[in-house]
Amino acid sequence: MQRARTRWHIAVFLAPAVLVYTAVMIFPLFNTLRLALYSKVDQERIYVGLDNFRTLFFDPIWSEQFWNALGNNFWFFIVHMLVQNPIGVALAAVLSHPRLRFAALYRSAIFIPTILSFVIVGFAWKLILSPIWGIAPSILDFVGLKSLFAPWLGKEEYALTTLALISVWQFVGIPMMLIYAALLSIPQEILEAGEVDGITGLSAFWKIKLPLILPSIGIISILTFVGNFNAFDLIYASQGALAGPDYSTDILGTFMYRTFFGFQLQLGDPHMGSAIAGGMFAIILIGVCIYLFGIQTRMRRYQM
Amino acid sequence: MTRNTIKLALLSTALTATGAMAQDVTLNIESWRNDDLVLWQEKIIPAFEAEHPGIKVNFTPSAPAEYNAVLNSKLDAGSAGDIITCRPFDASLALFEAGHLADLAGMDAMGNFSDVAKSAWQTDDGAATFCVPMASVIHGFIYNKDAFAEVGVDVPNTEAEFFAALEAFKEDGNYIPMAMGTNDQWEAATMGYNNIGPNYWKGEEGRRALIAGEQKLTDEAWVAPYATLAKWGAYLGDGFEAQTYPDSQNLFTLGRAAIYPAGSWEISGFNAQADFEMGAFKPPVQNAGDTCYISDHTDIGIGMNAATDNPEAAKTFLAWVGSPKFASIFGNALPGFFPLSKEPVELSDPLAKEIVGWRGECESTIRSTYQILSRGTPNLENETWGASVAAIKGTSSPEELGTELQQGLASWYEPQQ
Repeated sequence: MQRARTRWHIAVFLAPAVLVYTAVMIFPLFNTLRLALYSKVDQERIYVGLDNFRTLFFDPIWSEQFWNALGNNFWFFIVHMLVQNPIGVALAAVLSHPRLRFAALYRSAIFIPTILSFVIVGFAWKLILSPIWGIAPSILDFVGLKSLFAPWLGKEEYALTTLALISVWQFVGIPMMLIYAALLSIPQEILEAGEVDGITGLSAFWKIKLPLILPSIGIISILTFVGNFNAFDLIYASQGALAGPDYSTDILGTFMYRTFFGFQLQLGDPHMGSAIAGGMFAIILIGVCIYLFGIQTRMRRYQM
Repeated sequence: MTRNTIKLALLSTALTATGAMAQDVTLNIESWRNDDLVLWQEKIIPAFEAEHPGIKVNFTPSAPAEYNAVLNSKLDAGSAGDIITCRPFDASLALFEAGHLADLAGMDAMGNFSDVAKSAWQTDDGAATFCVPMASVIHGFIYNKDAFAEVGVDVPNTEAEFFAALEAFKEDGNYIPMAMGTNDQWEAATMGYNNIGPNYWKGEEGRRALIAGEQKLTDEAWVAPYATLAKWGAYLGDGFEAQTYPDSQNLFTLGRAAIYPAGSWEISGFNAQADFEMGAFKPPVQNAGDTCYISDHTDIGIGMNAATDNPEAAKTFLAWVGSPKFASIFGNALPGFFPLSKEPVELSDPLAKEIVGWRGECESTIRSTYQILSRGTPNLENETWGASVAAIKGTSSPEELGTELQQGLASWYEPQQ
């Protein structure tokens, strides 16, 4: 009888990835969750159980900030879903048109902002929209619409939407690329078969292409969700850690940063900060689970 | 025998190596003043190294907004420099209590400073002092002399004159009356509320009463400055809501604005940028002849990392920073950062001289929110930023702001409950 050989090579090949991932992702994640269960009293770290979470959700001072940040985060996400992804799909549909000239040029031009740093994007847009030196007021003036200009980044009611749209401008290339790839993978025979049945042009897009790229749109939605709920950089680069005006652009990321590291005279509190990070983790986990179990499993897939 | 020779050789190299190290100590300074990098490298450090051969000094600043977070992380990780530039009050006090800053109360150089100067870096009972006071900044208004002459406006002393001047510039239309924005929020509180406020709450008297719980933020003295700030909104430039701090600085130095609510730290930057003559006036008083109060805020101190490997060299350096010689180099190289030493330093910059002269005419105080009152959550300083912005924009009434701030403070600060 021959014993099954221990297949060492599996472990050996997995080890580097597992070790690196554990060291830089899994360990910090669980250590952050652990940190949220402690508090610092008189220079000593003591175990307080879920006290930090109780403060976060039920103390009016903390919960008001938390819900404000969460609400802003949802708005940020909704703007992306309603603006970024439809535009991305539309651009991909146009770009995949076989008779479009300079498609490669457009594709690169639209994709380039994605590789820029947040700091550059935040700073550039702040200058563009500046009421003093910006080109936005002059351009609007040129077409006679100066009255429409407002200092958008400085007004409570517009600031968050403006930032969300800046982020859309930066990242619209990602859904475009993914959908573009999905569209290219649709076999020509299916489209031709449709044409024989009289389905052409726009209706070919709605009836044949869109159902076939739905799984890609699902993936894009979940990527947008995770990206938006982890967002921090753009707000921090353009509005600072206090996410002004009057916390109207405060999202979970900036709220967490301010609490964890402190700001100006406010001292950092790693334990409350970790509690917020835990909250963010839970929200993203729930969102991803809803998608994985509620939506993806029901999505119809077609063999191509 | 050969083995012994080798041993001896090894030992002697080891000895010479440590000997060389003891002679050539390198001190690293943590700071948020990256604007001053050149000054440290070209003036301060050479002056110190010339007097103390064998001690090398490295100035390694980080960005102001990140300094506290970066420093805390470095200290916890044990990789922070030997010398720590100290923020005033609680940020440094927390470092001292966590054992990161050494107690310097026994140093001789401390005798060169007044109690008020040291108060920003002491424990609440004054038993330990953990940073050598370096400099303070004074608030007021810097103005464009040419613009004032052109429009024919006199330098205002009282509040009525101040608003009359703003109105004159607004009518003239060539200049933005006052350069300030609310985008970055802190200017509204620091150069707005805490600039004009001391005249209302009578400087130290009001500030101490607030800490003691004898006055409240809903009192007239603390609400009135918001009512005055509310009148500023009309005189700030178009789109001031999205105007940032550098925008305001540029507007003023380009000669497009007449008045700039300032901190004295602006002086060296403005001297380099502006090609018109500048003057300064104190925060206006309500009635002519009233006692004036100015915010003369202890802003920078310097202390020693308790975990440093070179405590002796670090103390030598700190003693030198506490000496009149440093005060004179620093005060003249950085006009606008006024040395805190008892012995007055002769300043050569006219604008700096004018501003530091107010110390003789007015009562000095520090920013109201800095000592003790910003220890809890919500943080009073951060809330004051938001409140000052809301006052200028007119989104909340002064009374609402007072009530809101008082509620926040009373929620954690016992003397106010």
